[in-house]
Amino acid sequence: MTDAAQTFDSARSRAPTAWQSDAMAKRTRARYRKERRFRFMGLAALVLAAGFLAFLLFTIISDGWRGFQRAEIAVDVTFAEAELLSDGSDLSRADYRSLLNRDAEEQFGTSRVISEGAWPQLRDRLAAEPELLGQTERIWVVASPFIDLLAKGQVDFDLPPERQLVDEEIISDYRALVAEDRVRIAFNSGFLSRADSTSSEQAGVWGALVGSVLTILVTLAISFPIGVMTAIYLEEYAPKNRITDIIEVSINNLAAVPSIIFGLLGLAVFLNFFGMPRSAPIVGGLTLALMTLPVIVIASRVSIQSVPPSIKDAAYGIGASRLQVVTHHVLPVALPGILTGTIIGISRALGETAPLLLIGMRAFVSDVPEGVTEPATVLPVQIFLWSDEVGRGFIEKTSAAIMVLLAVLLSMNAFAIYLRNKFERRW
Amino acid sequence: MTLSGFLLAVLAVAVLSYVSVRARASVFAPIKNGERAHSRPVYHGARAALMALVPAGLVILAWAALGGELVAAQTLSRLPVDARPEAGLATQAFLNELRAVLSGSIPVAFTPSVQDAVPIYRELSNQWMLIVGGLALLLAAIGAGYAWLTSKPTLRARTSVELFATVSLAIASLVAILTTFGIVASLLYESLEFFSRVSPLELIFGTQWSPQTAIRADQVGSSGAFGAVPLFWGTVFIGAIIAMIVAIPLGLMSAIYLTQYAKPSARRVLKPLLEVLAGVPTVVYGYFAALTVAPAVREFAISIGISNASSESALAAGVVMGIMIIPFVSSMADDALSAVPGAMRDGSLAMGATPSETIKKVLVPAALPGIVGGILLAVSRAIGETMIVVMAAGKAANLTANPFEGVTTVTAQIVQLLTGDQEFDSAKTLSAFALGLVLFAVTLMLNVYALAVVKRYREAYD
Repeated sequence: MTDAAQTFDSARSRAPTAWQSDAMAKRTRARYRKERRFRFMGLAALVLAAGFLAFLLFTIISDGWRGFQRAEIAVDVTFAEAELLSDGSDLSRADYRSLLNRDAEEQFGTSRVISEGAWPQLRDRLAAEPELLGQTERIWVVASPFIDLLAKGQVDFDLPPERQLVDEEIISDYRALVAEDRVRIAFNSGFLSRADSTSSEQAGVWGALVGSVLTILVTLAISFPIGVMTAIYLEEYAPKNRITDIIEVSINNLAAVPSIIFGLLGLAVFLNFFGMPRSAPIVGGLTLALMTLPVIVIASRVSIQSVPPSIKDAAYGIGASRLQVVTHHVLPVALPGILTGTIIGISRALGETAPLLLIGMRAFVSDVPEGVTEPATVLPVQIFLWSDEVGRGFIEKTSAAIMVLLAVLLSMNAFAIYLRNKFERRW
Repeated sequence: MTLSGFLLAVLAVAVLSYVSVRARASVFAPIKNGERAHSRPVYHGARAALMALVPAGLVILAWAALGGELVAAQTLSRLPVDARPEAGLATQAFLNELRAVLSGSIPVAFTPSVQDAVPIYRELSNQWMLIVGGLALLLAAIGAGYAWLTSKPTLRARTSVELFATVSLAIASLVAILTTFGIVASLLYESLEFFSRVSPLELIFGTQWSPQTAIRADQVGSSGAFGAVPLFWGTVFIGAIIAMIVAIPLGLMSAIYLTQYAKPSARRVLKPLLEVLAGVPTVVYGYFAALTVAPAVREFAISIGISNASSESALAAGVVMGIMIIPFVSSMADDALSAVPGAMRDGSLAMGATPSETIKKVLVPAALPGIVGGILLAVSRAIGETMIVVMAAGKAANLTANPFEGVTTVTAQIVQLLTGDQEFDSAKTLSAFALGLVLFAVTLMLNVYALAVVKRYREAYD
């Protein structure tokens, strides 16, 4: 007797399965329970991941919104003409600092409640309204970091004095100011219009934002044309040979090289070999361009591959040359995909920190950069630098800078998704 | 006239020659027997513009890249001998100061000899710029003239333009090779320099890491210790162990839920959410790890009785890195699962298996090579990640398996070694390149192997 017949025989001799029996029903129930548990675990994993994201955003925003505000103090400033023009110079160079300090000391008994960098506010005000010269005017000036903390309710008065962030004298200064109604919380316009500063109440992200834009422009100007040209070459021109293989392998490997390696490359080649300036957007942009290049090439190749062959064949069929097929037919159809990939690559470059640290873009830069060869820093590096600052006021600044960075990145990604949805064609 | 002025002039010549040659070509008479010109006028124009632009542009580009160095060298040679700086660092400092004065970032030089060099440099650079700019303009004019003279109806202008396009595309694609070569060459060059001072065996097998070399040779511990085993362990501990304990279950289960259970409408909402997680810059994760997660981990460690818990811990960095990697693992697993043929899944379901049984016993085993490949890629990404460990993992090179202690990683050390003030060829600085070489080699091997696994797996079901 063969095996098959034996099995068949034994199967026939077995009693039919009792589907309605208790044991079977129990087993089914257990299996369904397992099923539900597994499904729940899947959902839980997703919810957990989303929860992390929500928690991250929540902590950043709950710290960061205060960075967009600042405490201000009302000082009655007397623009004494004789004093301002004492050394015979013009109003734009007068000594506003001691003027402000003197007025503050007269009114509050101390000048430490106002920010050390508050005096340019007087100069700007006087430049806008020259008739104030010789008058006394109530001006809201930026408060010192400790007053800032107190006004924003960041100080826990119940703590014992030795663990208190702010010492007793400043707290009493603050209470006196509040009693006179001379403190207010206002929008921190300086945060979006100023560059880095050593004092937290004067620090802003504008310098870093300009640095980021300059760096990314360099990156884009280099990586976009070269990336698209490489993709066209590989898809439409390249012969099947050893060199083409090497190009493909290097692109795929470059896409997976850790970003910090590109920083080492930039340091060794651009800075030490070519002697380019440290901390300059041009070097940062070049380094990031090499990092972004593979992303753009890979996205462009996928997009070019999705152009239906029938379109190309039709063009070749009526006598178009290769260049004409590429420029008249392939590129226009593939462009939305290429642009989407480029935006994604660029937004990754915009959030990159590590390679830029190595090429010296972590320098303290208190001016807004005006060109690609001037010292600059970029937004992610600024966040890194501020996160290292000891001043309590920098915590909210860091979070606020993260909010600015995330807003830029999210809007770029949203634009990429919009492009993809609007122009995506199914053939 | 500045260099950019000359560039504009060259561009103007190119445009002019494009317009004129194109106009000339558009009135070409039929050659004979009604046969028409070989190329359309636009190609004649394009050829003329390229002939004017390319040689002149190359000259200007070369000067922009190298001119500063040449003029600086000539300026030094014009200075009186006793005012010349010594070769090496002194020359560098001299030139830096000179450039600062020239760019106007400092009004007057501190060193008198630099101030003397300023007018010489200005004069020389003006002279040279006129020569180079004039040469470029001349080349542009010759190119344009040649193109004008040679444009005949029989000229194969289109062929030349196409050839130019092909060649420039091929050159552009060589940038990728050049970059790879540049990475390998610069890492190797600096590492060899390092290995001539410290044996590679010490780097790979030594267990003592203290790269601080003293400034004076007679100080204690001036040699430094370059045993990188604690760094390798820290890297593996954070990137390949803790991060993966977080990322693999969460990423895999998310992928399973998204591909197998979620309704299309839920998928449309949940998938972009994961993509947002992938789009958050690493410095933000680092800040989150250092400011929020690390203190929480420390509190937890103290509450379970570990008194010496530090504020920077492997656990905090590893967990946050795991969260960062979730979308990556999830999308790799997603790809692997959707590559399994539908017939296998349908067959299992038709036999009466529940969806979870199908997933656990059919889909995941079938997709395993793809999933493993994806996880290897995730590991390679995690060990190359920098900002989270720089900000949250600590700086002490500890060889410990205690997740509440701080450890340091290869990437964190590279950043630390290269962001202080230091002379360029000290062993400390060079060691960063040696670490970079190890990192590059390991991630490269992981990637090549993982990609091969993934590729073979895909082909198995194609």
